[in-house]
Amino acid sequence: MFLDAGKYIFYFLVFPGFIFTLAVGLISVWIDRKVTARVQWRVGPPPGQPLYDILKLLGKETIVPKNSNKTLFLSAPLVGLGSVTIVSVILWLASVYKISFVGDLFVVVYLLMLPSLSLMIGGMASGNPMAATGANREMKLILAYELPFLLCLAIVIIKSGISINMVDLAGNHVMGSISGVLAFLISLLCIQAKLGFTPFDIAEAETEIMEGPYIEYSGVPLALFKITQAMLLFTLPVYLISVFLGGLNFRGLGILWTVLKYVAILVVIIVIKNTNPRLRIDQALKFFWRFLTPAGIVALVLAIIGHISGIDWL
Amino acid sequence: MVINMSWKIWALKKSPWVFHVNTGACNNCDIELLELLTPRFDVERFGIKLVGTPRHADALVVTGGVTRQAAPRLQEIYRQTPKPCVVFAIGSCACSKGIFKKGYHMIGPVDKVIKEVDPEAIVMYIPGCPPKPEAMILGVVKALAAL
Repeated sequence: MFLDAGKYIFYFLVFPGFIFTLAVGLISVWIDRKVTARVQWRVGPPPGQPLYDILKLLGKETIVPKNSNKTLFLSAPLVGLGSVTIVSVILWLASVYKISFVGDLFVVVYLLMLPSLSLMIGGMASGNPMAATGANREMKLILAYELPFLLCLAIVIIKSGISINMVDLAGNHVMGSISGVLAFLISLLCIQAKLGFTPFDIAEAETEIMEGPYIEYSGVPLALFKITQAMLLFTLPVYLISVFLGGLNFRGLGILWTVLKYVAILVVIIVIKNTNPRLRIDQALKFFWRFLTPAGIVALVLAIIGHISGIDWL
Repeated sequence: MVINMSWKIWALKKSPWVFHVNTGACNNCDIELLELLTPRFDVERFGIKLVGTPRHADALVVTGGVTRQAAPRLQEIYRQTPKPCVVFAIGSCACSKGIFKKGYHMIGPVDKVIKEVDPEAIVMYIPGCPPKPEAMILGVVKALAAL
């Protein structure tokens, strides 16, 4: 009993959970900044830079604005941090230890929305008009990308023989079909929006609304938000890998293959980030509702036809 | 306590985030300042990043001698910056009012205005009209070494 509890605490705090995700996430943030710098013909920061940033923020003064809601303002970063940690634990336990429960796919999808929600709560609670604008835009962005994101998930569920279990999804071959490839591409763009990366960094536009919801944050809460972002940068590609690309595999050469998949997705995300200008919020809504949602519906119909008539490549 | 302070200062030296305040400069210093972010100088090598809000900043980079209108704003921005923080006075005007010494609209150089709020404030001076980007990098390096 105590041994079990200890094991789960270890899962949450050390190996697939907080410390491991944070470490790989910080390395990913460094890769992001370095690749960005190389694209812009610069040298870029040293490898320890994300860690230095977070250590520095942890050592700074925390200022709470006078007309903010103090409790919400300070507790909002914790919501996002906790949910990312749990998502990471669920994904890794399903992939590596084959521990899973029925419907954990939906838990993951719900928990992946919480970081955006915590950003909105924090922004609204800070009492700053810029932050309110940012939170407003974040809300519209969630409305835009959640629908195609869920349609893609439905395709994966149909392809894996109506299973809502992470372990069953990890072994499927979604990518061998037209609808699967479409679903993967749509999900990649939705993840770009979830991460708040450049074509969709409308909520925290530095040059127009001064980082939006983060504007009033300083010190430890800001560090928690930075940690959450770093962990998301690791967790969301892992989600893509375990849902679409056959899961994580750590036997023999599988390690190399898994790392390759992760780095490939990361670099594609970074290159999309660096080669696109920021969209306006109405353009982003149009993009998701007029292009990606119909594409998702077409893919879903193809997947259903393929499932009923037994054609694998549809 | 000493050890406690030292890791904070060490991390601060490794990643100083900069907020740019223009208190009535002629834009010349500002243009030279933006040079630092370009591929030629690339201060992100040292972890220096330009941020959009004083709440995230560790260093306020002030250009221009402080005008009557700008002084209360500069003081407010200094109060909004989480401590520990450093103030850089960039250019002759910010250091000593420069050619606007006798101007009726000038309240004083940056250090005087900042020290009205916080007598303990750390102010660094980088003179020049405008200072070269190399001079600014040298100034920042010397300032961080002195912390």
